[in-house]
Amino acid sequence: MVLARREVGRSLRGNAARLGLMAGPVAFFALFFAYPVAAIVGRGLHAEGVWQFGRFGEVLGRPDIREVLWFTTWQALASTALTLLIALPGAYVFARLDFPGKRLLRVVVTVPFVLPTVVVGTAFLALLGRGGLLDELWGIRLDTTVWAILLAHVFFNYAVVVRTVGGLWSQLDPRQEEAARVLGAGRLAAWRRVTLPALVPSLAAAALMVFLFTFTSFGVVQILGGPSFSTLEVEIYRQTAEFLDLPTAAVLTLVQFLAVGAVLAVHARTVRRRESALRLVDPARTARRPRGAVQRLLLGGVLTTVVVLLLAPLAVLVERSFDTPAGYGFGYYRELGTVDPSGGAFLVPPIEAVWNSLRYALAATAISVAVGGLAAAALTRRAGRLVRGFDALLMLPLGVSAVTVGFGFLITLDEPPLDLRASWILVPLAQALVGVPFVVRTMLPVLRAVDERLREAAAVLGASPLRAWREVDLPLVRRALAVAAGFAFAVSLGEFGATVFIARPDNPTLPVAVARLLGRPGELNYGQAMALSTILMVVCAVALLLLERIRTESTTEEF
Amino acid sequence: MALLELAGVTVRFGPRTALDSVDLEVAEHEIVCLLGPSGSGKSTLLRVVAGLQEAAAGRVLLGGADQARVPVHRRGVGLMFQDHQLFPQRDVGGNVAFGLRMHGADRGEQARRTEELLRLVGLPGAQQRSVAALSGGEQQRVALARALAPEPRLLMLDEPLGQLDRGLRERLVVELRDLFGRLGTTVLAVTHDQGEAFALADRVVVMRDGRIAQAGTPLQVWQRPASAFVARFLGFDNVVAATVEGTAANTEWGKVPVPDGSPQGARTVLVRPDGVRLTDPSEGLRCTVESRTFRGSHVAVRLCPADGPPLEAVCSLGQAPSPGAAVGVVFAADEVVVLGPDAPQ
Repeated sequence: MVLARREVGRSLRGNAARLGLMAGPVAFFALFFAYPVAAIVGRGLHAEGVWQFGRFGEVLGRPDIREVLWFTTWQALASTALTLLIALPGAYVFARLDFPGKRLLRVVVTVPFVLPTVVVGTAFLALLGRGGLLDELWGIRLDTTVWAILLAHVFFNYAVVVRTVGGLWSQLDPRQEEAARVLGAGRLAAWRRVTLPALVPSLAAAALMVFLFTFTSFGVVQILGGPSFSTLEVEIYRQTAEFLDLPTAAVLTLVQFLAVGAVLAVHARTVRRRESALRLVDPARTARRPRGAVQRLLLGGVLTTVVVLLLAPLAVLVERSFDTPAGYGFGYYRELGTVDPSGGAFLVPPIEAVWNSLRYALAATAISVAVGGLAAAALTRRAGRLVRGFDALLMLPLGVSAVTVGFGFLITLDEPPLDLRASWILVPLAQALVGVPFVVRTMLPVLRAVDERLREAAAVLGASPLRAWREVDLPLVRRALAVAAGFAFAVSLGEFGATVFIARPDNPTLPVAVARLLGRPGELNYGQAMALSTILMVVCAVALLLLERIRTESTTEEF
Repeated sequence: MALLELAGVTVRFGPRTALDSVDLEVAEHEIVCLLGPSGSGKSTLLRVVAGLQEAAAGRVLLGGADQARVPVHRRGVGLMFQDHQLFPQRDVGGNVAFGLRMHGADRGEQARRTEELLRLVGLPGAQQRSVAALSGGEQQRVALARALAPEPRLLMLDEPLGQLDRGLRERLVVELRDLFGRLGTTVLAVTHDQGEAFALADRVVVMRDGRIAQAGTPLQVWQRPASAFVARFLGFDNVVAATVEGTAANTEWGKVPVPDGSPQGARTVLVRPDGVRLTDPSEGLRCTVESRTFRGSHVAVRLCPADGPPLEAVCSLGQAPSPGAAVGVVFAADEVVVLGPDAPQ
């Protein structure tokens, strides 16, 4: 009723302002997403002056392609369910419990997410594969089963659930649950009826992200899937890069696009409307020291999960980077500073990739926060079909093959007026495509939960709309913004599928350099790849630690 | 000249009309209370004046200037929200200083005014406290200080004392009236509590279904309710249909005397409980005592006549008859009001 009133009273001026805010993001996506993807799909399906839609039937009729479609879908569903199951207790523990080393641990669980997928695959291979840790200890090998892929997906996406769900959870007013308890609900019932419904939007957002990531999984499946398991994305890469079969790649790109579009549409219809104004409080006041057996058990369980599932692969990775033929040492790291005299994989010392990656990631984060922030501001007030459509549109880059985007950049942005082929900005632009949805998805639930009357109170006290946004919305979403920026930075650092196509040979990023090293035979290259991955891991950890510092400082600051 | 003037202001929410062509003037230094049941459009009226709600028709003038194109933050009015809407991420001082900061006051000025206002509302030295740690009454005081800080030319209060307990409310009403008088603040307040309105206001405006049912000083409204609706809203239940001829009205309760010069014909008549005098059962209208309600300084007695609606009378503490007793009732003309018709629906 109250909401309906506001909607009706909304002025045309507000709509115009919203459209203005949307213009930037729309132009960005049109130019750097829709255009390259459309161009490459056009190239695949448009031949001899006519559209070859018959190719859909041909390609989709092939049993091997059907196999790929089926596997892609069920492994994504299974990975999402498994991730939620394993990570939800983590979200609770990080949101509601206070324990020593929490900040460090929060960074630790985020590290896997920023690792290049290729490295994740390799780390799991080293853990679960032939001659891996489990094989050595108990003779267990999982690399020929789908479990390796699922576990790697959980490893990779644990942070998505913990940060997205936990971020909102930590700001929910615990008194709501207390009110339910007083009204006679048991501990579990109170959680199920009060907290869970409030969490649904962020849960759905997290599940959606995990599903989209695993549905389009590339590096992990490439390494761990072997010949028997292949996702759409892997298949698109093979068709594009190995067989140069652009028509098949185009059909698969469109299929993936449509599948992702369908998922987003369902999400928009079922979940979005449940977001409601929540009482948000300072997260510092909701976290408590664990009390009682249940909370201690949860904390212990989560810590164990983190150690076994997240730390073990990372530990193996680090161990391998020091494990040189001459015993443990920094041999592989020293090699990174030199150019292979045999003219190997690099024109520059591999260590250069660190600076490239940082530079690109910073630029990509700035672009993501600017574009995503504008979009989130425009979407804060739910109204109109146009706005909802725009909302869904923003998520599409997560579902469109990164390989296609990268290849599309190469064939479209190479001529005036947009000749960016030689410009370094090309890489951050491609990386920001994946970063923007993060920024929007992380900020939107929090922005929408801000009570409209707080903005009105600010306006009556003399704050212009912009000032009111700065004074009311920004402090409340600063945390979400920091989380979003961190994610965007991490995603940019780890982005591989598109970057591998567009990064110039003399300016590789870390994941590209790792992949190049892994692609070459020999223990030295393998060891260097491990060393470079370890550096990437440390860079990410340091960057995230800094971000956490900024965040906690800014939340205590008043003016 | 009136500080605030509303002319024909209409607000519609879909098919519902929340404000129906409302005219209202508030003079400088005047305290006006909008009184009415929930849904009568009181809060909407405040929102229109603040610019938070657009009017479908009519004009809002502040100091003689049309506010149609003036955005909320430039209107220079204050609004204290019903549920305070304190900024959760700021402490008490940050909340109070907010308006000052928006108006470009320097830090020294902010600190000075904040301290002054917190002292004024009875929370001296509370600057560093977190708003979440405040009690309901304290939050209300902070909200008031925050609204007062930028010295708005018009201060609007939406149910200013709504969630407070009775004792605190009664004390605060007096404090507020005193405070506004000293500061010379022009106030437009909304309440559903008539006691609060009468205690606070120079002028009371009773609203019903988006229209003004009656406006006047508390005494005028109390003594001469304009219609049966206003009378009932003020808590008067002795309202009955009547035909007025000269100085008497024919009702279901028999003949009721009315003051000289009352309007004639088919009317509604209000007999205030004070005008219902109990006598011996052999005299006047014969009634049975249905119940007694202790009201502190007096006892309200509910009477059932043989014909017509029940009657309420007031007795001193020692003289109230017991339930079931038979009494006679005579009416005192000076406590009888011939009411006007209710506004057409």
